[in-house]
Amino acid sequence: MRKLSLIALSLVMAFMLAACGGEERKKDNEADVETGEATAEKIVLGVAGAHSGDLASYGLPTVNAAKLAAAKINAAGGVNGAMVEVVAQDDQCKPELATNAATKMVSDDVKIVLGHICSGATKSALPIYLESEIVVISPSATNPPLTQSGEYPNFFRTIAPDDAQAALEVAFAKGLGLKNIAVIHDKGDYGKGFASFCKQFIEQEDGINVALFEGVTPGAVDYSAVVQKIKSSGADGVIFGGYHPEASKIVTGMRKKGLEIPFLSDDGVKDDTFIKVAGKYAEGVYATGPMDFSSNALFQEAVEAHKKEFGSDPGPFFPEAYSAALALMKAVENAGSTDYAKIVDALRTKYVDTPVGKIKFDAKGDAEGVGFAIYQVKDGKYVEVK
Amino acid sequence: MDYFLELLFGGLTRGSIYALIALGYTMVYGIIELINFAHGEIYMIGAFTGLIVAGLLTMLGFPGYSILIIAMICAVIWAAAYGYTIEKVAYKPLRGAPRLSPLISAIGMSIFLQNYVMLSQTSDFLPFPELIPEFEFMKGMGSMLSSSEMVIVVTTIMVCIGLTLFIKYTKLGKAMRATAQNRKMAMLVGINVDMVISATFVIGSSLAAVGGVLIASHIGQINYFIGFIAGIKAFTAAVLGGIGSIPGAMLGALVLGLTEAFATGYVSSDYEDVFAFCLLVLILIFRPSGIMGKEKVQKV
Repeated sequence: MRKLSLIALSLVMAFMLAACGGEERKKDNEADVETGEATAEKIVLGVAGAHSGDLASYGLPTVNAAKLAAAKINAAGGVNGAMVEVVAQDDQCKPELATNAATKMVSDDVKIVLGHICSGATKSALPIYLESEIVVISPSATNPPLTQSGEYPNFFRTIAPDDAQAALEVAFAKGLGLKNIAVIHDKGDYGKGFASFCKQFIEQEDGINVALFEGVTPGAVDYSAVVQKIKSSGADGVIFGGYHPEASKIVTGMRKKGLEIPFLSDDGVKDDTFIKVAGKYAEGVYATGPMDFSSNALFQEAVEAHKKEFGSDPGPFFPEAYSAALALMKAVENAGSTDYAKIVDALRTKYVDTPVGKIKFDAKGDAEGVGFAIYQVKDGKYVEVK
Repeated sequence: MDYFLELLFGGLTRGSIYALIALGYTMVYGIIELINFAHGEIYMIGAFTGLIVAGLLTMLGFPGYSILIIAMICAVIWAAAYGYTIEKVAYKPLRGAPRLSPLISAIGMSIFLQNYVMLSQTSDFLPFPELIPEFEFMKGMGSMLSSSEMVIVVTTIMVCIGLTLFIKYTKLGKAMRATAQNRKMAMLVGINVDMVISATFVIGSSLAAVGGVLIASHIGQINYFIGFIAGIKAFTAAVLGGIGSIPGAMLGALVLGLTEAFATGYVSSDYEDVFAFCLLVLILIFRPSGIMGKEKVQKV
């Protein structure tokens, strides 16, 4: 009897779920019909990136940025009279989900995409966009080959690539007087790419050596063996390429073992979540991040709009994402249509005023005039090192 | 020499954590021949409970050691309750079913618990307070062995000794051994098999919760996904030692922890997992039932 009632209950639940699913699908269809009718008066701005999962703190600010930029353009009469609509797709920074997100964009007939957030995810999504002639601007994918390989003429970015970041990092490390540097990475596209550039630049310089070059496994139970290895390698500084969960574990392990040497990292670590998790051990950590544009009037305006709309300070990559959204919409305006070749041409030739300065894109797709700065954690906050 | 000792202690710490989780896998397998893939999530839930209770107690102004002890007790009780419920909900109704069904149910449970914690808590990494204070007498050794590492290793040794004595000398322990040998016969001689199975899940979950709280306090951060990798590693350790065997799980966990530590230290951390799983493959080739596992006699 009990078994019967259990079965009955699970059946009821299964039907309830199925019913919900059905309704949802119906709604989707309705929405499709609406957009189908209204394509002429509507431009869809796709936003792809990590909107849930570990790295959501990087992806969600770009959605807000796109919404604010679209609201601003719409308030001023839209793009060539058409209203801009923002549609977000989550990829959790996972390559396999990124291809799903890209396919969804294609099937929704999106012509311009802001994203993706992580280099690995961007790399796996780009071929799909290229095939369907969709223009993509990433606010945060810094892996150099994305633009420099020349494989993706549809790809642009409003952030400087990792080799620029690594060059700055190595110069800064040299300025700190470091001689033997342990270069650690997380084996990922972004982390290892950045770390390899650091290694390369260190080897090119005189009087400064790579003491150790190694990858750690993200998510491993602890990193004490790596920390001991850093210690026994005699390194007087650590450069880490990767994201904040691993960085905070390594820094905590180092400081607990009494290893007080400088820890330098990248913009994957220049995030307040890092400070929150590493706590007191975060103090003194250096990280490169996009330049500070707080004196730019457009930047201040965007931040004000964010505070008003969402009641909080914007997160990382917000100015880059806002600029990317503006650049995309202006390019459509300049092109006069959503024609792929015309948009690409507009991005390469016409300057746009954005929070990260007056920019246009070079032949490879990198924004001219944006760059990195060094930050250090002081009293629980990242402060620019002048 | 110092370097060797440091790696040894690091490996022992890691092995101890694996052992605390692996015991749960091996006990459950020993009794009902099921790989409880939701076990890693029990470890994660233990750590989360520890975090919530510790936060609450800190707010109320409890002193250091009492926070550790109360948080640990709460984590054990809460995780044990989860272990008990999981068995009743996901495995008991499938006890007569083909062996694949409870396995799939276990994987489903694991994914369910991960998502449940992600939605009810957060997907971000959370800082975990240092519950184990620095010991005065260890100040000089701090670089080699920290107090939290020592607490982890010592706790694991005590837990293992306690568990062995429990299985050997108590009535419930005897009932567990009898059930493991032959469930039907155990039932015929009047052992309440359902109770024994529930007890196994409760004990295994408690041990995982102890491990969860200790390691979280050691590395200082948790999120909803930590159970997955720790669970896979502990499962590997249990297979390595011979799944079903309690001393085997302990030995397997230590071997795995030390292999990883020395592979990282003397070769490269790039190959940490490669060495760990090569070891597993080698042992399974030459001793298919694991280091301490018994060859099963096929009944004719």
